[in-house]
Amino acid sequence: MAILTLILGRLAKAVITLLAIVILNFFLIHAAPGDPAAVLAGETGAADEIYIQQLRERFGLDQPLHVQLGKYVWGVLHLDLGFSYRQQMPVLDLILDRLPATLLLTMTAFGVSLLLGVILGLAAAARVGKWTDSMITGMALLFYATPLYWVALMSVLLFSVQLEWLPAFGYETVGADYTGIQMVLDRLKHLVLPALTLGLFFMAVYLRMTRASLLEVSQMDFVKTARAKGLSENIIRRRHILRNALLPVVTLAGLQAGQLVGGAVLTETVFAWPGIGRLMFDSLAARDYNTLLGVFLVSAAMVIFFNIVTDIVYRLIDPRIGAGAAS
Amino acid sequence: MKKLLTASVLTIAAACTAQAQQQGGRLDIVVQPEPPSLMLGLVNNGPTQLVAGDIYESLLRYDTDLNPQPSLAQSWEVSEDGLTYTFTLQEGVLWHDGESFTADDVVFSADVFLRETNPRLRVSLEYVDTITALDDHTVEFKLREPFGPFLGVFEAGTMPMVPKHIYEGTNYSENPANNTPIGTGPFKFEEWVKGSYIHLVKNEDYYLDGQPYLDEVYYRVVPDAASRAVAFENGEVDVLPGGSVENWDVPRLTEMEGVCSTGEGWEYFAPHALAWLNNREGPTASQEFRQAIMYAQDREFVRDVIWNGFGTVATGPISSKTNFYTDEVTQYDYDPEKARELIEASGYDGETVRILPLPYGETWQRWAEAMKQNLDEVGVNTEIVATDVAGWNQRLADWDFDIAYTYLYQYGDPALGVSRNYLASNIAKGSQWNNVEGYENPALDEKWAEAAVAVGADARQAIYTDIQKEIVEDVPVAWLLEIEFPTIYRCEIKDLVTTAIGVNDGLRDAYIEE
Repeated sequence: MAILTLILGRLAKAVITLLAIVILNFFLIHAAPGDPAAVLAGETGAADEIYIQQLRERFGLDQPLHVQLGKYVWGVLHLDLGFSYRQQMPVLDLILDRLPATLLLTMTAFGVSLLLGVILGLAAAARVGKWTDSMITGMALLFYATPLYWVALMSVLLFSVQLEWLPAFGYETVGADYTGIQMVLDRLKHLVLPALTLGLFFMAVYLRMTRASLLEVSQMDFVKTARAKGLSENIIRRRHILRNALLPVVTLAGLQAGQLVGGAVLTETVFAWPGIGRLMFDSLAARDYNTLLGVFLVSAAMVIFFNIVTDIVYRLIDPRIGAGAAS
Repeated sequence: MKKLLTASVLTIAAACTAQAQQQGGRLDIVVQPEPPSLMLGLVNNGPTQLVAGDIYESLLRYDTDLNPQPSLAQSWEVSEDGLTYTFTLQEGVLWHDGESFTADDVVFSADVFLRETNPRLRVSLEYVDTITALDDHTVEFKLREPFGPFLGVFEAGTMPMVPKHIYEGTNYSENPANNTPIGTGPFKFEEWVKGSYIHLVKNEDYYLDGQPYLDEVYYRVVPDAASRAVAFENGEVDVLPGGSVENWDVPRLTEMEGVCSTGEGWEYFAPHALAWLNNREGPTASQEFRQAIMYAQDREFVRDVIWNGFGTVATGPISSKTNFYTDEVTQYDYDPEKARELIEASGYDGETVRILPLPYGETWQRWAEAMKQNLDEVGVNTEIVATDVAGWNQRLADWDFDIAYTYLYQYGDPALGVSRNYLASNIAKGSQWNNVEGYENPALDEKWAEAAVAVGADARQAIYTDIQKEIVEDVPVAWLLEIEFPTIYRCEIKDLVTTAIGVNDGLRDAYIEE
């Protein structure tokens, strides 16, 4: 019941926050130099003023800014995100088209990095000071410090150009028309490199966080108390150390999860992954206002959604948090 | 007798090649950036034309010497006074939905649809008085006054034929058929997975027997230049159209086994790189200063190092690849000493000169840096202004620059693609494809106009030679390089580039040799 109240309260706040974000983004985007009519006209390689004026009218750019904003917000309230003139499609369709690809990529990266990070962190903490620990933390440091695009380029050079094990880009073999298990395998093969590229950095972060946090918590007074009470080492690890040590990891995971939609621009570009990050990037270059606003809106909604999820997970791991919030 | 002989030799040669052409196969071609739409009548940027050039056709094509060739028109006649153009259309041409293509479609496309939607054609159509269908297969264009380059506007990107039965009386830009383009071309639209690829399949009912040879074409969207190079190396794509990869990757790729490249297929566009110089204000308003910019630049270094040897140093406004070029003009060879003298003479006071690079990739960035260095060496204070494409457009449209890089297409004739950049009547804020530099020279304006309507190539050449001599003295813009964009492809692909617009012209003649 308490959780339900929490969720409802947060949802109400979320709607207001989203509305504020829409309005703020609207003004930010319109403040950038360059307008979509000029870009589209530029792309044609020839344009006169009549043509640009026609485009402006089509986009509604000839109207005062507050009228444009009003129309946009009114549309958003009716789940109409407008029309993309660069892509010649309704923005909502465009986003729904691209969202699955991005979610597949980022959730895979998220899941793998969280799982591997925590497991390796646990392993390193269990053997602290030994060579396994040094090896794992050394690896983590490497992934932590290496820029994403370099990892991407090197993995393409190694696994796809040299070894020819994995495809270099795309999300499926174009024109192969696979079905069933073959299709799944084909998609998985395409998923490996981008997901690793995207996940390695966060894996390193989770790993270091888990390890450090475990070591810190295991020195705390309540753990000593538990030992003094004569609890078994197993119970102490699970109930006392791990629960408390995982809280900072959950915080970070919540942050990463919030970026699931908007955070993969670079990876999607290098691997030609037809997702929403690339859509955002292309739309920015073309000043495709409606699409940009749409992507921002969806990303913001995701961030808020995962914040709520994180809060719930917090309460499940550590009931004291909920009690504190209620009082 | 001699005439007969050549004719029969030609027939035999044609028959031989016809036998060698194999049916079937698939091509994967890079397209970048993703086209906004495939409706060539509404959008005619490069990527759209690359893909939609397979779907839509026009009345003529142009060989690499810019001579008109039959396409949807099998023959044409020009009256002696240069006022009446009569086209006889191919018989048995069908739209992709099965309807017949007739003269009515030509009239609708040129006189109704494109007049509204294509700003570039609209300018040429000002010379046209009437467009009439004489019968189902004959169309007559009557001009108000002779217009020299008129036979040059029937290229698919400029005047694509659009189906009257689908578009007549509709709101063109919102017609749902735009998403499933219907043309007469050798390939039909099959599927477009946004962000990934566009799939075209062979048009089984194409009017040329046995053509096209290929079964299907995939246009692959790969946003990153390095990834495009890898895709070609890996064999995932077979053709890299000009400009798909950064120049420094070109030698590496063309040295691979079984890889060919050609610089042909750009003659119609003849991309001419230049730097707009702001003629209105600042140091660049002085003619001496502008001449100094020409002398200060080591353009051969740029061609050899930054463009990896591709391209030709430009001598003036008209490309040597197109008609009516002359090299009898002042040559601005690299001469820093002369540049310094001219800068001194111009009364330059050390003001910072803003250079706006073209935001189209690394090569252009490096080029702006080279210019900066060259100008710094002769004592000009420069600053490179970083922008993205939209910001660049905006600054040019607002005339907010000192020196700005661009490249312009010449469209086969000075009257179509060159004069627009220098006519005072073309000065208009808000558009970046006109006289952006703000050059005003009434005497030359008259000559440009005279050359456009002069009858006969010799008469036109004489005027254009005159214009080039004069304008090169004025340096309203800095002419830099005739750019070459090599098309890179696997050698077993034959007849990929056969016309002056290359891969953009549709793949009706291309085939794969086993």
